[in-house]
Amino acid sequence: MNENRHSVIVIVIIIVGVILLTKLFMIQVVDDSFLRRAERNAVQRIVDYPYRGLISDRHNELLVHNNPVFDLMVIPQEFSIEDTAKFCDIFQIEKEKLIERYTAAKKYSWVKPSPLIKQISTTDFAKIQDYLIDYPGLFVMTRSVRAYPDSIAGSALGYIAEIVPRQLERDTMHYYSQGDYIGHSGLESYYEKILRGKKGAKYKMVNVRGVDKGSFKNGALDTASVAGLNLQSTIDLQLQKYGEKLMKGKRGSVVAIEPKTGEILSMISAPVYDPNLLAGAAYSKNYNVLLSDTTKPLFIRPIQAKYPPGSIFKVVQSLIGLQWGILTPNTTFACNKALVACHNHPSPVNLFGAIRNSCNPYYYQAFRQMINQDVSTNTYTDTQIGLDKWHEAVEKFGLGHKLGVDLPYENSGSVPSSQLYNRIYGEGRWKYSTIYSLSIGQGEMLVTPLQMANLAAIFANKGYYYTPHLIKAINGDPNNIPEEYTTKHDVGVSAHHFDMVHDAMAEALYGTAMRAIIKDITIAGKTGTAQNPHGEDHSVFVAFAPKEDPKIAIAVYVENAGWGGRAAASTASLMIEKYLRGHTERPALEEYVLAGEFGD
Amino acid sequence: MYWLENSETDVRQNDLYINKIDWLSILLYGALVMIGWFNIYAAVYDEQAAKSIFDFSINSGKQLVWIGTAVLLITVIMVADYRLFDNLSLILYGIFLLILLLTPFIGKEINGQRAWFEIGPFRLQPGEFAKFATALALAKFIEKPSFDLSRPKFQFQAILIIMLPVSLIMLQPDTGTAMVYMAFFIMLYREGMPQKYYVFALVFIAISLLSLAVDNNLYIALPVAGLTLVLILMGKKNWQRIVTLCMIGIAIIAYSYSLDLVVSKLPQHQQNRIMVLFNPDIDPLGVGWNVTQSKIAIGSGGFWGKGYLEGTQTKFDFVPEQHTDFIFCTLGEEFGWIGSLIVVLLFVALLIRLVFLAERQKTRFSRVYGYCVISILLFHFMINISMTIGLFPVVGIPLPFFSYGGSSLWSFTILLFIFIKLDSHRIQLLGRMN
Repeated sequence: MNENRHSVIVIVIIIVGVILLTKLFMIQVVDDSFLRRAERNAVQRIVDYPYRGLISDRHNELLVHNNPVFDLMVIPQEFSIEDTAKFCDIFQIEKEKLIERYTAAKKYSWVKPSPLIKQISTTDFAKIQDYLIDYPGLFVMTRSVRAYPDSIAGSALGYIAEIVPRQLERDTMHYYSQGDYIGHSGLESYYEKILRGKKGAKYKMVNVRGVDKGSFKNGALDTASVAGLNLQSTIDLQLQKYGEKLMKGKRGSVVAIEPKTGEILSMISAPVYDPNLLAGAAYSKNYNVLLSDTTKPLFIRPIQAKYPPGSIFKVVQSLIGLQWGILTPNTTFACNKALVACHNHPSPVNLFGAIRNSCNPYYYQAFRQMINQDVSTNTYTDTQIGLDKWHEAVEKFGLGHKLGVDLPYENSGSVPSSQLYNRIYGEGRWKYSTIYSLSIGQGEMLVTPLQMANLAAIFANKGYYYTPHLIKAINGDPNNIPEEYTTKHDVGVSAHHFDMVHDAMAEALYGTAMRAIIKDITIAGKTGTAQNPHGEDHSVFVAFAPKEDPKIAIAVYVENAGWGGRAAASTASLMIEKYLRGHTERPALEEYVLAGEFGD
Repeated sequence: MYWLENSETDVRQNDLYINKIDWLSILLYGALVMIGWFNIYAAVYDEQAAKSIFDFSINSGKQLVWIGTAVLLITVIMVADYRLFDNLSLILYGIFLLILLLTPFIGKEINGQRAWFEIGPFRLQPGEFAKFATALALAKFIEKPSFDLSRPKFQFQAILIIMLPVSLIMLQPDTGTAMVYMAFFIMLYREGMPQKYYVFALVFIAISLLSLAVDNNLYIALPVAGLTLVLILMGKKNWQRIVTLCMIGIAIIAYSYSLDLVVSKLPQHQQNRIMVLFNPDIDPLGVGWNVTQSKIAIGSGGFWGKGYLEGTQTKFDFVPEQHTDFIFCTLGEEFGWIGSLIVVLLFVALLIRLVFLAERQKTRFSRVYGYCVISILLFHFMINISMTIGLFPVVGIPLPFFSYGGSSLWSFTILLFIFIKLDSHRIQLLGRMN
């Protein structure tokens, strides 16, 4: 009865063999997930970070470079210290911090390196370098952080910091990974793709404890990193530095533009902060300090702050009026203070006198003629048609929309159209008396300091502008900058209309801004006062110089500094002198501005 | 089966002893040992500090020593008198029982077990060697013509011979090695142990696995209850039958529920090993680590493998115990499915050849011993490879002839070659067959 049982045993042996081979076939041949898991196990991808491009000023002086910093890494398994106090003394670390970091390192891995002290500067590193040999399990990893040798132009340059989740989500190319650095503001952000270069990767094999076991496939898959391109910016380092010095202790903006090219020579957002604060180890601490500062240093005033253009807008009104043929240099209106308040000056005035004296009733009357051209018998419809025509003309001056400067977060300002008033008052329910304050640059109009500086450039150029920009060349080549910065924008006003405006603006200085006058340099300028419902008015001045062949156009805002003839005009004048002469010869005026006491 | 039918003419016609030895088995043995040796070298190979396969400071060099001494052991076995094993069987059994009894007290503690003897630089595992002694003892007892395994008395005796060393090994405690002794039931099956026991055991195992695999035992209770009901309705409706069926049904359901309770009372590491079988992803970095990494290593080998010494998973220590119990990983990773196929076929061929040899024995003693060898080898082969590919919980037992280590290589060599020796004398060993 048992003789056939050996056959059963043979069958069992065969079944066992078949089952094993089938299962082996399943996991080895059919299911290829194990191969990927094996590579994930044993092959580690090491990112080779590229060298970020440098940023220089218009004369190739460095504004931003990369500074090597050193991370002191620890491998807990090999690390031991006998005298903790001595160690803390040498490496400049508090005992509690050392214990905390070391505990974290041990928790992460016994054999993989973890940072013990992050971002040691070159000077500090020199101090500890010789001691490293006494401590096994410590080694140094070199990284680089951004450094700003002159500590200037923080708001224009921006900063780099670890990528935030929102940016990671937008990165559809999956270039970035958690912990990567990315430009967060300013040029660093706008030209991120140019500056960042291209990451490389090295594949190396590691064992189960993460210990390096050599390159994978002899480096066949490795790619080298490509360094980022260098940017030459349009900023003039000396001018920027001087301007930041002048704006110290004040709030406001300075924007200086080279009119013929649209190149931004200087862009200051006061209060200024030292961009070095946002580079390196103390980033998050400093960032929070800046963020909670009530003077809002991180607010990029030149492109984000909005003010009513005030009197300066009268120049635009004059130009549109001339172009439309509504005004001529001889058009005369009486300074009728019953219409709108004005200061004392001779009356009546012609256009020249109106600009020179900044006559409010003149523009009240002139603007009414521009708006109500009797196209329609209905006053309301007529106003609406007139306003829209005017709106179109004003927008050509770069107002009411983003100029397109190469910085993120630019504000568009606003120039009201009929749509706005229809929304507020209802269609057919508003007329000239509703909107007359636009005539003198008040009311629902808002412009940014950058737009204002661009206006100055338009005046200087007699009717055209290039979009203000901060880029001059990419990797030394001025030809590959974005096309929009080499496109001329015509404002639709004939050049000859500007001649009278130039003269009036040059003359205006003698009436409203005596301080701004420079010997041998003719400045054409216009003061303004941006009304501030929250406190003292803001001091505004726009100008260009030299009048004969403008090299610089400038807009200066000093918040809560009152009348434009003092703080803003003085600052602008000094900036113009500095740029045109390379130095200033008016120590008294400089002291006046630095002192910052602009009261009567 | 015709291919196991055997003609003795060729053996009788040739008087040279050397021609009576079954060289095919020895060839298969040699092939497995050599492949094993190359794999041990691959498992410990470090490209950055490459050492020769003969270097005694690494395990492949040491294994060569074990192989050399194994050859010595083979020589001793082959030149010894064939009657020695018959005569010494009970004495050897007695000696090993004594050693096993002492092991928990004087053995060296490794990983919470006292399963090893340390003699100078060598470590020996008595539990491994006791296998061949137990096999000899079983052969000696069952040899008696009166030993009828269909009778409970003899069943009890056979089980007692097996359970004595098992209970002693459990004291160490070395569950893996103890479990191997269960393999002797394969031999007992051949020798006439009633078939119903095996059917019952298979059903028992199936229910156990099922009730461990399902989350809710209702999935077992409901079908069993339904099946019982159907059986009651279909068959004759006498009380005795109905009561019996109900009892069986209730017993199965109660068992499936109680098993979870029993498992929860096991030591945590054994519980984990069982649960990981059903879901290795429970804790891939903890208890699932071995199985997960082992499967990754083998699975990443693909069809042709990564090439000799080119494996990354075993070489970089992702698989624990890779040169001993998990040696199959290196093979699977570096030689792929083709390499696995060859090794599995070698084992299957050796086992079938041994069945063939066992069946041609003239004495029941040799046949029983032969089946003991088959049982042990089959069990090790089956369980070891199954655990590396996640078919069986991780049990610390080596792959015969393959795994690194003197105890394992020596004990398998002795086990196998005593049988080859007995086989070569089958003409002289004329006993009564029944």
